[in-house]
Amino acid sequence: MPVTVKPGPIVLLIASSAVLSACASSAPKDLPPTPGPVTPTQTPTGPAAPIPGSQADFVAQMSGDDTIYFDTDRYNIDAFDQAALAKQAQWLMQYPGKRATIEGHCDERGTRDYNLALGERRANAAKNYLASLGVNSARLTTVSYGKERPIALGSNEAAWAQNRRAVTITID
Amino acid sequence: MIVRFLASTASFLLLAAVPVSAQESGGPQTPEISEPGFDLAADSGLDSDGDGGLTGSVSDDRDWQDIGLAITTFATDVDRPTRTSAGSSAAVGRAISQIIAGNLRNNGLFKPSGPGGLPQPTYEQITAPDYPVWSLRSTDMLVQGYVRAGPGDNITVGCYLFDVLLRQELAKAGWTVGPGDWRRAAHKCSDMVYSRLSGESPFFDSRIAYIAETGPKDRRVKRLAVMDSDGANHRYLTSGQATALTPRYSPDYSSILYLSYLNGSPSIYIYDLGTNRQRLVTRSSNPTFAPRWSPDGKWILYSMAIGGNTDIYRVPASGGQSQRLTNTPGIDIGGSFSPDGQRIVFESDRSGAQQIYVMNADGTGQRRISFFGGRAATPEWSPRGDQIAFTHMVGNFRIAVMRPGGGGLRYLTDTWQDEAPTWAPNGRIIQFFRTVRGSGKATLWQVDLTGRNERKLPTPVGASDPAWGPVRP
Repeated sequence: MPVTVKPGPIVLLIASSAVLSACASSAPKDLPPTPGPVTPTQTPTGPAAPIPGSQADFVAQMSGDDTIYFDTDRYNIDAFDQAALAKQAQWLMQYPGKRATIEGHCDERGTRDYNLALGERRANAAKNYLASLGVNSARLTTVSYGKERPIALGSNEAAWAQNRRAVTITID
Repeated sequence: MIVRFLASTASFLLLAAVPVSAQESGGPQTPEISEPGFDLAADSGLDSDGDGGLTGSVSDDRDWQDIGLAITTFATDVDRPTRTSAGSSAAVGRAISQIIAGNLRNNGLFKPSGPGGLPQPTYEQITAPDYPVWSLRSTDMLVQGYVRAGPGDNITVGCYLFDVLLRQELAKAGWTVGPGDWRRAAHKCSDMVYSRLSGESPFFDSRIAYIAETGPKDRRVKRLAVMDSDGANHRYLTSGQATALTPRYSPDYSSILYLSYLNGSPSIYIYDLGTNRQRLVTRSSNPTFAPRWSPDGKWILYSMAIGGNTDIYRVPASGGQSQRLTNTPGIDIGGSFSPDGQRIVFESDRSGAQQIYVMNADGTGQRRISFFGGRAATPEWSPRGDQIAFTHMVGNFRIAVMRPGGGGLRYLTDTWQDEAPTWAPNGRIIQFFRTVRGSGKATLWQVDLTGRNERKLPTPVGASDPAWGPVRP
């Protein structure tokens, strides 16, 4: 399903992550599921619409684009990451009082210390890109979990691709 | 009694440790003893063949295992109650001889017999073995000892090593220990026997800090824990509410450096084992990782990320200004001092992937030493100075050693994921953690420098990030 992805912040209208992933070059081959509960502060999304401006609203609006993915040992922001971060930036600028934490993660196929530093580098790459789109960097913090918080539990390429990620979590 | 015991002011540690060496220095040695059991390090440290592969320098230690080493039940003069966890003085004697046999057997060093199934010497026979009996049993080397209750709540332990063929005492030592430290006498005796027979430095009387792991892969609970080198005296130091990682014992065992998510982001703390209190090593809003001690305990190395770029810093352990040692784009992390404290081996991805570098302790003279293909990480300098242990990643993660000048790669393990080597105090054995593919369950293992003697360490739950401390005084 060929979809042209234009670089930069103007891609805000290409919203569906499913569409994006079908032609992803560096995103996981298997579409990562929408991340489950990542922090205790995240309220479950029920049938009722989430409160606008809440973390639940952010998760619902992003429909998967609260997370960006990386290649092994890499931390660069590719075109698909740019699209997701642009969507995040749009939401963050709609709610200028909200702060956010970007969690950096790695797969299990790295050594512990290095992965902590690599997760920090990935989170910072996402933070810097959001800042370049106009989000005040003072609203953004980073935290690295290295390989300590996998979201996919397997020990295979598909699982590792889902675990090499940076997740933006807004603070309610 | 031949063994002398000195009074000591040491509090709860060994109250007196007096190896009696002067008297036996003139004694002849058996041919087996003059033959070094492990000439591996001497060879691999000094030879200059740079071929980086397995060489013929690895000595075979089967000769050592073939020594007829008998460890008898330690006798007591009068069986009296003690305040140790082992029971009466006779029970302590039985337990100590079992610990010694276990130490020497489990590390793949010897194949000792006893204490079960061997004649039990009387208290009077401890210093005068019944040599003909042991000759008939094809015993080459004989370990005997005694336990006495007292003085006070302490116990007194004597340890003797005899050469049966020569009908000669090779070594002896005695210790007076507090009731909570009775196992240390067994480790000290194991060290005496091991050192006398192998010519190597002791290592049994030492402790290990590590991370205890429970729970599923995505919600794993990680607690700081400590134990003796044989797994005894196990203790958890943190509750697990905050993830704890990468501990390092201080050289004097008074404190532990480790990483905690206590404040939400990774920061290095120094945990005081005397007061059970902890403090941040450096006050910074930036995350800090990979804490390390200098061999003299005066410096702390740590790595700090600023804007995603990680560099290595050093700070006096007593506090003060931090000094940045690396200054390249990318991730410079970890670090391990040479035994003389003059140099630091560390890892960096400045070349594009993790590789191992050496620098002077002030950060000057940085140069890469790993050129093996793949990625090389978590370097740890041997306490002997002759080898660097590290994790080599080419597909699987394997524990390997190399020479400090580069080259001389030798693999010690070969499974899916072995990581983070830590050296025994004498530089002859390496511990690491092994992760199971799929479940991610981690356990502690150790391997000797031949790579042949590999075994899992007993821990109550899952375990990772081992850090072996020095031999206790």
